[in-house]
Amino acid sequence: MSAITEVIDRGTFVAGLASLPDHCVLDDDDELRPYECDGLSAYRVKPWLVLLPETVEQVQFILRYCSAQGVAVVARGAGTGLSGGALPLDNGVLLSLARFNRILEVDTANRLARVQPGVRNLAISQAVAELGLYYAPDPSSQIACSIGGNVAENAGGVHCLKYGLTTHNIARLEVVTIDGERLTIGSSALDSPGYDLLALMTGSEGLLGVIVEVTVRLLPVPERAQVVLAAFDSVETAGEAVAAIISAGILPAGLEMMDNLAIRAAEDFVHAGYPVDAAAIVLCELDGTNEEVSTQIARVRELLKSEGASEVRTAKDDSERQRFWAGRKAAFPAVGRISPDYYCMDGTIPRKHLGKVLATIRAWSEEYQLPVANVFHAGDGNLHPLILYDANKPGELERAETFGGRILELSVSVGGTITGEHGVGVEKINQMCVQFNAAELTQFHAIKHAFDPRGLLNPGKAVPTLARCAEFGRMHVHHGEVPFPELERF
Amino acid sequence: MADRDMTTTLCEQVTQACATHTPLDIQGSGSKGFYGQPCGGEPLAVSGHSGILSYAPSELVIRARAGTRLAEVEQLLHDNRQMLAFEPPRFAAESTLGGVVAAGLSGPRRPFAGAARDFVLGTGLINGKGEALNFGGQVMKNVAGYDLSRLMAGALGTLGVLLDVSLKVLPKPEVEYTLTQVCSQAEAITRFAEWLGKPLPLSAACWYDDHLHLRLSGSESAVRQAQHRLGDNLLEQQPEFWASLRDHTHAFFRRDKPLWRLSLPPATPPLALPGHWLIDWAGAQRWLFSDADAGHIRKLAAELGGHATLFRNADTDADIFQPLPAGLFALHKRLKAALDPAGVLNPGRLYKDF
Repeated sequence: MSAITEVIDRGTFVAGLASLPDHCVLDDDDELRPYECDGLSAYRVKPWLVLLPETVEQVQFILRYCSAQGVAVVARGAGTGLSGGALPLDNGVLLSLARFNRILEVDTANRLARVQPGVRNLAISQAVAELGLYYAPDPSSQIACSIGGNVAENAGGVHCLKYGLTTHNIARLEVVTIDGERLTIGSSALDSPGYDLLALMTGSEGLLGVIVEVTVRLLPVPERAQVVLAAFDSVETAGEAVAAIISAGILPAGLEMMDNLAIRAAEDFVHAGYPVDAAAIVLCELDGTNEEVSTQIARVRELLKSEGASEVRTAKDDSERQRFWAGRKAAFPAVGRISPDYYCMDGTIPRKHLGKVLATIRAWSEEYQLPVANVFHAGDGNLHPLILYDANKPGELERAETFGGRILELSVSVGGTITGEHGVGVEKINQMCVQFNAAELTQFHAIKHAFDPRGLLNPGKAVPTLARCAEFGRMHVHHGEVPFPELERF
Repeated sequence: MADRDMTTTLCEQVTQACATHTPLDIQGSGSKGFYGQPCGGEPLAVSGHSGILSYAPSELVIRARAGTRLAEVEQLLHDNRQMLAFEPPRFAAESTLGGVVAAGLSGPRRPFAGAARDFVLGTGLINGKGEALNFGGQVMKNVAGYDLSRLMAGALGTLGVLLDVSLKVLPKPEVEYTLTQVCSQAEAITRFAEWLGKPLPLSAACWYDDHLHLRLSGSESAVRQAQHRLGDNLLEQQPEFWASLRDHTHAFFRRDKPLWRLSLPPATPPLALPGHWLIDWAGAQRWLFSDADAGHIRKLAAELGGHATLFRNADTDADIFQPLPAGLFALHKRLKAALDPAGVLNPGRLYKDF
């Protein structure tokens, strides 16, 4: 994206927004400060201006006006994103969708809910619980994160292996383009004519349009869910047990793994009853009809034992099941208690390379003198190494960032990706140069141009310029090859 | 089937076509040649670009070149008790994997397992400039960059020549039972909506000729219990019914009139359109042989929140797909130009204008 260098005087710009109610425009320093970062708080910029529209018409007006004035726009949901996707600009508008917080319609017969983008993820499931329905994707921030942000990031969660990501669980979007035009993408049917723009919009990190309404698909709540916890003496054995479960034709609703440091941190924090001496634990949740779950629990217990588990426990009741999960879901804050700061990575790898990747991370942990706790969506290969550091100690943040960058590059080199569910944002923009070559990045820019020719929507995020990659390439040489050899160096 | 990498040759052919503004007609096995608008470009044969590139059953992912035969892929998966859960139609024995993704069609399991696009994890493709590019990957979760691989599903080759695709696969259910019962269309649609709101192990739901047909999939005990719960009026039936529905070899499809595919919110009550109906996808996909006016069918489908495709037996100059609203149509054209600036990839196959 071309950087927006020239911008009009803020007072003059605000004067042109006179048709918006006063409480929709924030320009005092005190009002702007809460918006200076999202969930990735290491990056902060005080926004130039925050706008909080209340109607779709106001969003259309704002985008038309910004477009006419050449002012960039960053859309923001609940601000829980972990990659700095909603990091504000010091010369652009931060467009908060927080006031779009109503569930507009629940269509029970077609199992759809039409909601505004600021509605919280969990609020949807809560609203339809009495109908025996729920919304499947459950990112760990689901209490707070908004559905609009979930779409922008293609959010995942712990049940993706069986139930998919956001892109698999939405039916229709109402989107406003940078020109202020309102488009309906998708439909209440199972498909729609033309290109699959629903797929393209989902996970586009606010670079293609502003989402003003989301229709999500609802599923019947399974009759029963049951969790098995297994302890292992090594993470490699635990990884093999995961592969054995899947090879046996079982598709667990959730299949999670934690290493010893993560287990101990979680146990100290929420007292989930985890075996603190285990090198790794595997949590395997099975759901379905009562009979099916009974059959599968028996098979999974057998498999885990034969794969070398030192202990296998089945949650006795739903409260124990919740407790088993509480440890896993609280893993990030739990690690936050044992270290002043941590840096969360989000690479995904083909599961067969788990042993190799974890061994390399262990070696680097020694090299950089920074401990790592590993939390792993084992079923789908999404690895969250948490690098522990102290920002007050000189050089630790830089070491953590370098270490993290290498983990992402390792993920790519074994056939995986730099981000499974947290998005690129500003955080992983340099690693995009590792995952994609110049022609692929150029193709992304052409797609962006088809939606937003002047690059006004969330500039500087998600897709790096080739110039940026050239600069990054000067610092990082991979396998002895310089990326983008065709580009001029500066 | 031969293992053969034609990437270089195919890239050269597209680069040449781009330079000379020569439209290309991308050809797999030709099993879906009837589908979409006719496009009269120079043939670009891709079915020779074939071979399975990677498959480890415990990873639940298969990656194969686009010219690989669907039958070969499904046989390999079957041997490992796995499947393509979207049940792609096999309109001919030679159907290719690239064609499956480019057409984006799904079979009877679609409302329960997901569509072709839902199982696409990554694609290698040649854009309209002749550049070989890779998007997505072989992992379930991947949010790096725009999702161009799922965008290829259903684009009918107008955005790229598929080189290879990575698909998520699923374990085969232990057992499957097919059940049937006498029932009116209206009642079937009501029951489908009721059943789909409950946690039942359903994997297909269809209505045809005053009978509803259900398929249950899962463990033996789960399926038996669900059968019991659904009631004694359901009789067991041959499972071959679903393959004949998927591949359009069922007697219903042997008609000469225009065949419409109506994609609707599943609980939509029966439509007052004359012709022969078959309701699949628990109401979400409705097949209709009818001479009714195309404009009338499309207006009705749109009013009900869906759309209509003239699937087979169309007049040569007919519009196949539901026209798009002006704003979306303009965006489609810009998107096409972003991937294929010279407009050489299957121009006109999806919509006449691009």
